[in-house]
Amino acid sequence: MSTLVNFKIDGVDCLAEAGIYLVEAAAENGIYIPTLCNIQGVKPRGACRICTVLVNGRPMTACTTPVTMGMDIQNDTPEINDIRKAIIEVLFVEGNHFCPSCEKSGCCELQALAYRFQVMVPRFPFLFPHREVDASNPKIIKDHNRCILCKRCIRAIKTEDGKNIFAYKKRGLELEIIIDPELGGKITDELAQKAVDICPVGALLPREKAYQVPIGRRKYDNEPIGIEDEKK
Amino acid sequence: MATTVQNIIKKYNKDKTRLMDILIDVQSDQGYISKESISKIAGELDISHVDVEQTMSFYHFFSDKPTGKYAIYLNDSAVSNMMGRQKVKETLEKEAGISFGQVTRDGMIGLFDTSCIGMNDQEPAALINGHVFNNLTPFRVKEIIRDIKDGKPVEQMYTSAYGDGENRNELVKTVVQNNIQKKGPILSEDYIPGIVIWKKLPQMTPEQVIEEIKKSNMRGRGGAGFPTGLKWEFCRKAKGEKKYIFCNADEGEPGTFKDRVILTERPKLLFEGMVIAAYAVGADEGIVYVRHEYKYLKNYLENLLQGARERNLLGKNIGGIEGFNFDIRIQFGAGAYVCGEESALIESAEGKRGEPRDRPPFPVEKGYLDMPTVVNNVETLCSAVKVILNGGEWYSNFGTKDSSGTKLLSISGDCKYPGVYEVEWGFSVKDMLEMVGADEENIQAVQVGGPSGSLIGPDEFDRILCFADLATGGSLIIIGNHRDLLTDIVLNFMEFFIEESCGSCSTCRNIPYLMKLKLEKILDARGVPQDLKDLEEWGKILKFSRCGLGQTAGNPILTSLRNFRHLYDEKIQKDKVFDSGFDMSQAVKASCEAAGRVPNLN
Repeated sequence: MSTLVNFKIDGVDCLAEAGIYLVEAAAENGIYIPTLCNIQGVKPRGACRICTVLVNGRPMTACTTPVTMGMDIQNDTPEINDIRKAIIEVLFVEGNHFCPSCEKSGCCELQALAYRFQVMVPRFPFLFPHREVDASNPKIIKDHNRCILCKRCIRAIKTEDGKNIFAYKKRGLELEIIIDPELGGKITDELAQKAVDICPVGALLPREKAYQVPIGRRKYDNEPIGIEDEKK
Repeated sequence: MATTVQNIIKKYNKDKTRLMDILIDVQSDQGYISKESISKIAGELDISHVDVEQTMSFYHFFSDKPTGKYAIYLNDSAVSNMMGRQKVKETLEKEAGISFGQVTRDGMIGLFDTSCIGMNDQEPAALINGHVFNNLTPFRVKEIIRDIKDGKPVEQMYTSAYGDGENRNELVKTVVQNNIQKKGPILSEDYIPGIVIWKKLPQMTPEQVIEEIKKSNMRGRGGAGFPTGLKWEFCRKAKGEKKYIFCNADEGEPGTFKDRVILTERPKLLFEGMVIAAYAVGADEGIVYVRHEYKYLKNYLENLLQGARERNLLGKNIGGIEGFNFDIRIQFGAGAYVCGEESALIESAEGKRGEPRDRPPFPVEKGYLDMPTVVNNVETLCSAVKVILNGGEWYSNFGTKDSSGTKLLSISGDCKYPGVYEVEWGFSVKDMLEMVGADEENIQAVQVGGPSGSLIGPDEFDRILCFADLATGGSLIIIGNHRDLLTDIVLNFMEFFIEESCGSCSTCRNIPYLMKLKLEKILDARGVPQDLKDLEEWGKILKFSRCGLGQTAGNPILTSLRNFRHLYDEKIQKDKVFDSGFDMSQAVKASCEAAGRVPNLN
C-alpha cells in the first residue's frame, strides 16, 4: 500500500504518494513545474535544469527528486523564474534556432516555454555556432543546430535487447548527439517515429514527411505549455 | 593490431564495466583508438558502437587520431604559465616544427595542452608518454626534442637525478620531487604498516571503529567536509549484496598535488585506511581511482598491493579476522577533472562517461554497480588509520573545534618553498605566507581552494583555514604583485572550467563560456558598468547546476569581482552605457589584407 505525504509548494498544502518525483507530485496538485528534458516513464536525468526548485532552501531538480514528508518547496517565485528564463535563453543562444523556418514550430517545447516565460531578446549574445545537419540515417534527419542536448533520445530509444542507439559524444561545449551507425541504420519505423516524437525541439525529424499538421493547429498554437497540469 | 586489442579485451574478461581499462590499454599500446578498435571492443563486449565512442570521446587522454610516437602534453595551469610556460611552448613548437594540437608529418611528435597535471610545485611540467618532465626551460626542451629525434626511449631522456624518496624506487624512477616541507601525523615517518590491522582491528567491532571515527570529529578532506564517521555508518546500515570502498585519488583541482605525495610516500597508510573502512562498513572490494597523470606510479602501487596480499593485509581473513575478506584494485582515469566528483568517479570506474549522477540516491545507498559505496579522499583514509591507532580523542586535539585534525596543503606560485605542508586546521593565511617564504608585501592575492575556491586579497590574510572560515581541499596559489590577476589567473581558471565541464547541464556547459566572453570584452577595454552587473547575475544561474564543478564554475570571476573590484573598474568605460564589443576593423582585417587596402570605416 502506498503512503501519502504532506508537503508544501509556495505555501500551498499538497498531498501525494511518497517517493514519486516532485514534478508529478506537483502536477497532481494542479501545480505546473516547467520541464524540458523530462519525459514520463523514462528515468529522469536533470539535464536542462529548468525544473529546479528550492527544497528547504536548496536547489534541486524536481524531475529527479522524490517527494518526502514535510518538504517545503519554492517553485513559482520571481528569482527562480528569472533563472528558468535565463536557461531558456541560454538554450536559444547556444544553438541556431530559427523558429519561422522550423518544421517543429508550434509543437516545439523550447519555443512554447519561451512564450510562457515571455522571452523577448536573450540577455546573452548569440553564439551562432557552426553545426551540421546529418542526413546519413535512412529514417531520421538530425539537425545539430536545434539540438538542446536534453538526452531524451539517448534515454528513451533502445533496441529490443536494451542497447543504446543514441549517445553523447565529447563533452562541454563540444557535446553532441550521435546515432549508432549500425543499430541506427537498422532502426524500425516505429522506433524512429518515437525518437522524432519525443525530441522536444526540431533536432530529430522524419524523412520524407513534413508539415502534416498545419501551422496554427499545432499543440501549442492552441494553448500554452503547462496548462494541462494547471487544469487538474 | 587486431590481436593486441583482442588480448586486451580478454585480459579484462570481456567485462563492459572495465571499458576504461580497455581503452587505456589500447590508447597506450597504439597511441590512439581507431575505428576498427572501437568496433572490435563494441563487438566483444556486446555493447553498441556509440557506447564505446561516448566513453572514449569524454576523456582528454583518449584520441581517435594518432597522437605521435612521443605524445607531449604540456601543462596549461595558471602556475605553469606563471613559471614560464609560454617560452617553453614556443620552443616546443619551433623545435618540433608544428603547432599545439598537431602531430609531425613523420608521426614522431604530438604537441597538446592539458589541464593541471598535479606538478604545480615544479612547473612548467609536461607528460611525455606518461612520464613527467618537470622544471622545463627552453634549453631543456631543445635537449628533449633532440633526444626524440635521435629515437631515445622516453625513460632515458631524463638528465637530472631522480626525485627524492620513493620517486627513486626501482618501479617509479621519476624526476618528480615530493617537496614535503612540513610533516604531521599523516606524513610522519614513524608509521608501521599493518599496525592497526594486526593490533587494533581484531579487538574492535565494526561499530566501535565507526564510533571512534565519529569521536574524532573527522570531516572529509576532499573539500565538502562531510563527517566521515557518519558516511561510514550510513553505508554500514544500507542494504546491499556487496559494498565498496572507493578512494578518490583523482585530485584535479589546479594547484593541488598532495595526493601525489601521499601515493608516493605513504601508500601503505592509504591502503590500511581502506581496509579499516572496509571492516567498518562491511565491504569486500576497494578501488583506488587515480588520475591518469599519476600513471607513472602504477607498477609501484600494484606491487605494494601484491606485497600486502602476501602479508595478509589484504585478501582472505585479513589480520587473522575470520571472514574479513577485502581486496583493492587500482582504477586509472583518463583526464577529466569532473571525475573528482564522487558520483562521476563511480560512473567512470564503471566504464562510462564521467557525468555526475542525480542525487538522491547518494553513493552510500546506491553507488558503484548500484551497491552501497563509500567514497573517501586519500587524506581522509590516511587520517582514519591514525584515529584508530591513537584514538578519536587524540585526533580531535589537533585543529579547531569544528575542523579537527591536520590538513595537507599544496602550496605553489610566488613563494620560496612550494610544496606540501601538513598543518593543523586553524592556520591563518598570513602564517602560511610566512611559512612558505613569501613576502607579504609582495603578494597581491592568494587563491584558496583552487579555481572553485576564492581569490582573496591582503585585507583577508588574517582569515583562518578551517571549515567555518576558509574551507579548502588544500590548494593554495600565491600570486605576486607583478602578475596581471585578471588575465593570468581569472581568465586561465575560466578556461579550465570551460574545458572540464561534462556538458550535461545546460548551465555549466554555457554560462562559464558566456562569462568568459564578457571578461574578455572587459579586458579588451570595451566593457561598460552593466557588464559587471551581468557577470554577478549570470553567476547565480550556475547555482542551478547538478554538481560542485558547475555550481562553482563562476567563482574565479565572482570572487575576484567581490575582492578585486578595482581591477575591473579600471578597465571599464564608466560613462558609457552600451558597447557591443564588436570591433569592425578587426572583423574586416583579413579581407582588407587580401584585397590590399586599409579598412575604411567611415
